[in-house]
Amino acid sequence: MTTLAATSHPGFLSPSGIEIAFLLIGLVTFGAAVMTVTTKHLVHAALWLVVTLGGLAGTYLLLTAEFIAWVQVLIYVGSVVVLLLFGLMLTKAPIGPSADADSGNRWVALAVAVAAAASLLWVVVDAFRTTWINLRGTPAQGSTKITGEVLFRHWVLPFEALSVLLLAALIGAIVLSRKNTPSDAGSETEAQR
Amino acid sequence: MHLVYPAVLSALLFCTGLYGVLARRNVILVLMAVELMLNAVNLNLVAFDVWLRDKLHSGQALTLFTIAIAAAEIGIGMAIVLAVYRNRSTSAIDALRDTAESREPAEAASPDEKAEAAA
Repeated sequence: MTTLAATSHPGFLSPSGIEIAFLLIGLVTFGAAVMTVTTKHLVHAALWLVVTLGGLAGTYLLLTAEFIAWVQVLIYVGSVVVLLLFGLMLTKAPIGPSADADSGNRWVALAVAVAAAASLLWVVVDAFRTTWINLRGTPAQGSTKITGEVLFRHWVLPFEALSVLLLAALIGAIVLSRKNTPSDAGSETEAQR
Repeated sequence: MHLVYPAVLSALLFCTGLYGVLARRNVILVLMAVELMLNAVNLNLVAFDVWLRDKLHSGQALTLFTIAIAAAEIGIGMAIVLAVYRNRSTSAIDALRDTAESREPAEAASPDEKAEAAA
């Protein structure tokens, strides 16, 4: 299949429309990710993260994984970023630019990241230089119908275990964030009255 | 579509997240960078699932599981961040050095730690 797709494909120099679309969305996503980790405004970092996660949802759509794309929009953009913004507010993050957003080991971190990027890109490009994805087929491979059938037929047990994990995480978050000493609890109820 | 496009984007996003984890000082910004790394893995999983045409669609199922685990992680992480902020009034990770090894052991135990050890 792979070789057949490879021989019928023109190659790098004449990209198809979907590849151009992927390239544009990928550029936006990567740019927003770089802004997320470099901006001095803490709230702007969360907003750039929205752009990054939305761009990733777009790439999932281009890869025909529509259910994953909408789950990404719902859970990441809808809840994780909101939770991060709440965390920024509750820790009294400054509205303007904060000079100490980056720690002292910034240049070491940059060197590590560039070295990791160079080695990963070299390996990935070298390994998958002649590999093409065949996105055709009806229904699409990532359609909600197929994802649901696979998830509730072959992956039911991990799925249910995951629900227990989510419940445990919820209870853990509640236990961690409540004041558990008796004197604090007394003052809390008095404050509520 | 060429497989290199999603693979390269995923590698770049992962390294951006790596930089963020190492370079940021605020804990919430570090959590954002961790989300970037998790999303890079998700993109790889989806791309390889579509490429391999897996009958079980392991890549997509694992992507959904990663998203759910990331949601649990961010909930727990935010609870820990808020607990630390309530106790220390800071969310800078390089200010939290209680368990760091000190070159001079006499200075290692600050008064707070002595009080905690006594209690």
